[in-house]
Amino acid sequence: MTSRNVSCFPEARKVAIFGGTHGNEMSGVMLVNMWKKNGAEIQRNGMVTKPFITNPRAVEKCTRYIDTDLNRAFTPENLSGPWDEGLPYEVQRAKEINQMFGPKGSPDAYDVIFDLHNTTSNMGSTLILESSTDHFNLQMVHYIKKSIAPASCAVLLNEHPHLKYSTSRSVAKHPIGLEVGPQPQGVLRSNIFESMRDILKHALDFIELFNTGVEFPPCAVDVFKVIERVDYPRDANGNITAMVHPHLQDCDWEPLNPGDPMFQTFDGRAVPYQGSSPVYPTFINEAAYYEKQQAFVITRREMLAATAIRKSI
Amino acid sequence: MELVSLPTLRRVAVCGGTHGNELSGIYLVREWQKRKKREEGAGPVSVVMVMSNPRAVQQGLRYTETDLNRCFTQASLSAPVSDRTPYEMLRSRELNALLGPKGSPKAVDLLCDLHNSTANMGLCIISYSDCDWICLHICKHLQREMATIPVRYIHFDVPPNEAYSLESVGKHGFAMEIGPQPHGVVRADIYAAMQEGVQLMLDWIRLFNSGAKFEGGSVDVYTMVRNIDYPRDPHTRSITAAIHPELQDRDFCLLHPGDPLFLSFSGETLRYKGTEPLYPFFINEGAYYEKGIALSLARRRKVEIPPIHSERA
Repeated sequence: MTSRNVSCFPEARKVAIFGGTHGNEMSGVMLVNMWKKNGAEIQRNGMVTKPFITNPRAVEKCTRYIDTDLNRAFTPENLSGPWDEGLPYEVQRAKEINQMFGPKGSPDAYDVIFDLHNTTSNMGSTLILESSTDHFNLQMVHYIKKSIAPASCAVLLNEHPHLKYSTSRSVAKHPIGLEVGPQPQGVLRSNIFESMRDILKHALDFIELFNTGVEFPPCAVDVFKVIERVDYPRDANGNITAMVHPHLQDCDWEPLNPGDPMFQTFDGRAVPYQGSSPVYPTFINEAAYYEKQQAFVITRREMLAATAIRKSI
Repeated sequence: MELVSLPTLRRVAVCGGTHGNELSGIYLVREWQKRKKREEGAGPVSVVMVMSNPRAVQQGLRYTETDLNRCFTQASLSAPVSDRTPYEMLRSRELNALLGPKGSPKAVDLLCDLHNSTANMGLCIISYSDCDWICLHICKHLQREMATIPVRYIHFDVPPNEAYSLESVGKHGFAMEIGPQPHGVVRADIYAAMQEGVQLMLDWIRLFNSGAKFEGGSVDVYTMVRNIDYPRDPHTRSITAAIHPELQDRDFCLLHPGDPLFLSFSGETLRYKGTEPLYPFFINEGAYYEKGIALSLARRRKVEIPPIHSERA
């Protein structure tokens, strides 16, 4: 008889909640500031949960970033390069955050970091994973989804070699992105705020349970895996020449079939999706991505298998 | 009411990008300027399309140094300039020279300024007058012809000298405000509504100029009474509550004394304490957090409008 496959992980003692990685994504900014004043709600036995504003200058100006996108700044080059006063603000910040919560890849790094984001896209609550083989994270998202049911939560997996990026949360052993929308930049919507708060509550419950020695049985997690990014049609000057089509607008996570309308030019002509098979678009019409050449991202549905997990003795 | 004769509207200005992140008007002006090269505007009216704040548009910001749409009071337009005068104040004088001068016979006959709001306001014609028959008749025309979006008339009771926004430069002027749309996003449905609204306005003007008579009637006018700010922490001035879920997106739904206004982060419902039922609008406009406005309140009344035709008829 073969022994059951159980992945063991050390107790998760150091947990952080990042807000304000983008200074105009208000749910995370407000939640973290609230918890910095009174963090009772996020404390659990056996662990320390640190609420932290990652980009305070951007938060102060209520803008996404000052010099460069902090959530793209945690590259190996940026983190290992020498300190220089002339470095962009966010690169300096990435180095500081890596010192405080990492170093990335080392045994001293924080166990879990939740990074709170909002999107103008109609994505609902979305958990973002960077690895399909982090069984701790897979079990956590499974637990969260079960706990909030019948409310739903999509899981987005971005481990695409070109499209994945160096996030602030990536300094942790187990990074989790929490993206909730739709919410305009600079706006705080009560329902969005409370959804994010509720998801974090369940996430922290999971970690606490895990730390007490509970074994979580094997499970399957339905994820949307990032395949490709689709840009707007643009003219020679780089200006967009079409908008997300009304039939695609707000339809995150719904299948987009070959021939379905994708864009609508300013003079009303539809541009159809010309892929060969149905895909699942998301991040549809995110304000911050116009400058990143992204109208939406294409995903495929996959079922990921998570092994049983338990804390190592 | 007796038939009123009014001068023809020979020169009309349509302005976009007064706020550089309100994208419908920006793309509309750009597209119109592209098409104008191919298509000639019909005879008796000259329409000029203006990008009001090109620097803010280029940077995708509401403004670079100060809100352009607060720079048009007579005092502001005639104050001395120095090399420290903010860009938007200098730009306001350029616009005043191009489209005004405000208060003089040389000013454009009608100025329509295009805006978006994160609030669920539908299409609003915003004017400083409740007896400008041109603006009120245009509103009535849009109400009759636009099937997909509610059209309402908002009145700010401010005398012309103190009127601070761009449309006050024209002999007749109004802002065309359409929401909800996040700043930095162009939604195809909102763009289509603005395109239709501007087209209907221009059609009406051509009809008016050709001597047509427009029957009188009545228009519901919402006159702004006061603003309500968010509850704030007395030391940090940070907001401590969000617009209540029962108020969010309910622009123009009558607010009664005792109705919920805010849901605090600690779970408390804060209620409307006024004694008069009023109509809320600009509920949770992203740009107004820094202006201390969570929502605005208006009184509604029916305004009788006379039949009108142009003087040349």
